[in-house]
Parts: sequence; structure tokens; C-alpha cells
Amino acid sequence: MSREELIRVADKMRCNVVRMLTEAGSGHPGGSLSAAEIMSVLWFGGIMRYRADDPAWGKRDRFVLSKGHVAPILYAAMAQAGFLEESELLSLRKLGGRLQGHPDCLKLPGVEVSTGSLGQGLSIATGMALGLALNGGDQKVFCLIGDGECQEGQIWEAVLYAATRKVKNLIAIVDNNGLQIDGAVKDICDLGNLAKKFSEFGWLALEVDGHDVDALYTAFDEATSSEFVRPRVIIAHTIKGRGVSFMENSSGWHGKTINVDQCKSALLELGEELC
Amino acid sequence: MLTKGKATREAYGETLVALVQEGYDVVAVDADLSSSTTTAALGKEYPERLFNVGIAEQNMVGVASGLALTGKTAFTGSFAVFGTGRAYDQIRNTVCYSNLNVVIAPTHAGISVGPDGGSHQMIEDLALMNVLPRMRILVPADYEAAKVALRMAVIEGGPFYVRLGRAAVGQIYSQGDQFKLGTAKTLREGGDVTLVACGAMVEQALIAAESLSQSGVSAEVIDAFSIKPLDEKTILESMAKTKCLVSCEEHSIIGGLGSCVAQLVAKNPGVLKKPLKLVGIQDCFGTSGQIDELFAKYQLSARYIHDSVLELAT
Repeated sequence: MSREELIRVADKMRCNVVRMLTEAGSGHPGGSLSAAEIMSVLWFGGIMRYRADDPAWGKRDRFVLSKGHVAPILYAAMAQAGFLEESELLSLRKLGGRLQGHPDCLKLPGVEVSTGSLGQGLSIATGMALGLALNGGDQKVFCLIGDGECQEGQIWEAVLYAATRKVKNLIAIVDNNGLQIDGAVKDICDLGNLAKKFSEFGWLALEVDGHDVDALYTAFDEATSSEFVRPRVIIAHTIKGRGVSFMENSSGWHGKTINVDQCKSALLELGEELC
Repeated sequence: MLTKGKATREAYGETLVALVQEGYDVVAVDADLSSSTTTAALGKEYPERLFNVGIAEQNMVGVASGLALTGKTAFTGSFAVFGTGRAYDQIRNTVCYSNLNVVIAPTHAGISVGPDGGSHQMIEDLALMNVLPRMRILVPADYEAAKVALRMAVIEGGPFYVRLGRAAVGQIYSQGDQFKLGTAKTLREGGDVTLVACGAMVEQALIAAESLSQSGVSAEVIDAFSIKPLDEKTILESMAKTKCLVSCEEHSIIGGLGSCVAQLVAKNPGVLKKPLKLVGIQDCFGTSGQIDELFAKYQLSARYIHDSVLELAT
């Protein structure tokens, strides 16, 4: 996809996130919107290999959504990729549906592993990367984590171990939007300089503007092609709620219900007619 | 008296090696206790199949889950107290919720870790694992049963908990004895009392049955082996012919074998009025001591089972 298309897809996914969450009456807009360009470049920029018509394709790269509460952006990407019909997106969080509030791999093919309890995805991704390498494959594992999520101790257990084992087919992306439910990450439990921390722990750490598709593409390209012998992380600096002015930089919009009027003005801002 | 055998944990590493030799795609993830759990044996033969994450049990379960997602059966190590309790959410939300081929098989379960004391004596692991949907639980009574249990977990697939102990236990089974998931083993037939036991307590139940026979009481001894699913049929059939039941476990009486049996009895009016006694840890922590001292203190010994039966039967 071209640069313009990647931007358009990011905004289209944002529109779908807003529609889904309005229909569901609950869910997590803020962190879904902040990750839109990350998902757009990763899924549609030719970075990650997958086959929507064959979700279990053996040679696929793997994607682990460690911050499972932003399931809406994952479902929007999967619909865009063709894993499911766009119309199914409106079944989010409803009884009997495949689009659970947090991703359920037993219900929706293409979801690699069920997530939702924070801090676990990077360990799973590390195990996957080790297993794929042991199987003799060249597949990569991408794992999207939140910055608030990095307060979980298990993240750092995985960071240490992946570096020790030189797991070079592992690429973590931190959606560094600076906010968590109760407020600013730096006020609640400060993570300091994440890039420095990761690189001190032995990782190749890249920092980018997480809403700049060119910068993201370059970072993914470097992270996937580098000869570096240990795991890689892209710290993507983002804005929580990005694209909808009244949601931007507001921890209150982490998990707030979107009403019909808010939905309308959000879609207008996002340029719904272009999506 | 039974011949003193090996500890159930001694079956661990060597069974993993045997499974790989037979072509099973098996790996193990341990947390700095591979010598104690014996998973080191797998690492010695197949270094690429043992992953030692250091002292990080949550990561251990996560890495095992990831490995399972690439087509392997992944075993986890550590001690039961850390391997279940420290990583409970990982076992719940990743292993069971995603229904992965992960076998949680920590060692050093129960109070028979002895001198290490209450912090290390895991007496709630069955309760924690029991309540998890999709989890199956096997509690082998001896070394031979442990080999079968570990193998069964691989062949059946999906999440398993296999409870292994540190200390040597009496030899009950022979090589080649057959077990089935959800099936108990009736080791001794009797008509007066049903003793249903698991793990190290099977040996105590057998010793108690022998001494009871000398007191003129005929005890049936059932090794529950598969706690989940539980062999309800065998237990109910035995209860139908005997006068009372005593459950025996090296675990809290809350949430383990005794609880399962009590639930079963409560659901079956035919046996509801028969006396029931739960031998196990009575909702307290353990303490440092030698195993025989601890079995006496916490009323787990064959002598205590014997006395309990006489009390119930009279």
C-alpha cells in the first residue's frame, strides 16, 4: 500500500473502532485509536506475512496483541485484511459473537492467542519466536504492548529472557501514549526512558512518531532486516484517542462509552466519507 | 509394608527424554529449578528443548504457552507453590482460556518437602487448578504412575496439571500398568469402608487398610489418580457397598480430592447419609519438620486413617 493508502486505512479503522464501540456501548477507544497507524503499517505495509483465507498458514508471521483491551483495532485490521466481514464488527461484545471484549483465539481464527490480562503477551511472543526458530522457520513474531502495561513485572521477565536467548525474530512495539486508566503513566508509576531501558536490557530499541506512517515503515523495516543478534523494540510515541479531538490525550477516554452524538462528531472529524 | 520406591519427580526428566526419543514434540520450561525438578535430564540429552527462564515463574508459563502455539507440548517446572500460585493468572488466562497444550507439572507439592517449612509446602495447588475450566488434574501415587501421567498429558492434549512430589514414596505399581484419564484404580477390595486417596496418601491408605484388616475391618482402597475428571462411578459403586468413606490427601481438605468427593456424595441421595471423613490439611499452613513428624502432626498418617475409620465405623 502507498503512504496515502496506509494513512487512509488507519483512519478507516478508526471509524470502525468508533462505530463498533458506540454499538457495543462499552469498550476501550483511547488505546485503540492511538495504535491505528502502527496496525496500518504492520498489517498493510507489507511488513507482516499472513493469509486471511488461511489463518493457520504455517509460514505466517505471528501477531500477539498483549494489550488485549484494544481488541477493536485488531478486529478492524482483521476486517480490513479479510479475516472477517466488516458487518461482523458491529457484533463486538455481544452474546454469541466471535468478537469478544478481549480477543479469544478459540472463537476467532486469526487471533493467535487469547489476551486481556496485561503483561502476558511478550512472554507468549518470546515462546512463539523460540518455537518457530526451533522448528527451523524464519517467521517473525510481532507483539504490541502498552506503555502502562510495562508496569507489569512479567514484561521485564520476558525482556530479560528474550535478550539472554538472543531471540532476534521477536519485534515488540510499545504504543507509548503516556496514559493509563487512572491518569498519566509518569504520575502513577513512571517508566522513565523506555528506549534506554530496553537497550540497557540488550534490545535494539528504535523510537518513532507512532502516527507517522513513513517513520513507522522505516522502523519496521530496520527492526525486521537488522543484523542485530537480539530482540528488537519500536517505541512508538503516540497520542491516546488520536484522531478524535475530544478523546485526544484524555485518560478518561481509556474505557468510556461513546454516545450517538459523540459518534457522529467523531466520524465527521475522521472524515468518514473518505473511509 | 511397601517397598520404598523413587519420588514421583524422578519420573519427570526421564519421561520427557523418552517422549522425545519416541518422536513427540515435547519441550520443557523451568525456572532455575531444573536439577530439583529433574527437567535437567531433558536439557542434557536435548539442550535445545529445555528453556530455563531463571527465577521468573510467570514468564515460564508464558514462554511455555508460546512454544505450545508452535505445535509443541510444553511442560513447566518449578516447585508447586510457585509453579501454580505465582503464575495462577498466566495458567488461567493464557493456558486454559486459550486451551493450550501446556502441562503444568511442578514438583515438591504437599507438606512432604518437610524442613523447608510452610512457605514451600504447597497444600492449595489442587484447589487452584481444580477450579479452572479445561484443566485436567492427575495425581500419581508413585514413580510408575508418574511416568504414565506425564505421558497421558501429552497424548490427550490440552491443559493438564500433574502433581509431583519431592520425597521417595512406596512402590505401588509396576512398569506397564495401564491407566485411563478419568479412571481410578481399585487397589484393594473391601466391604466395610472406602478409602479414596491420591498421591503419597495412597501408600498411607494401603498401610491403614492392612492394619484395619487385623482389627477385623475390611477396607477398599481406591487410588483416585485422575482428580479431574474424577471417576465418580468407581467411588459411588464402592460407597454403595461399604458403610463409610474416608478421603485421604496431602492437601487442604478445601478444594482438593476430599471436596470433590463431598460434592459427589452431596449430589447422590443413595450415599448421602453415609458417614464421610476428609483426611487432609485442616485449613492451616504447614511447618518445618521431618516428613513422618509432619504426617503425624497434621493427621495424615496411616495410623490416623486407621483410627478415623474405627471411629466412623463404630
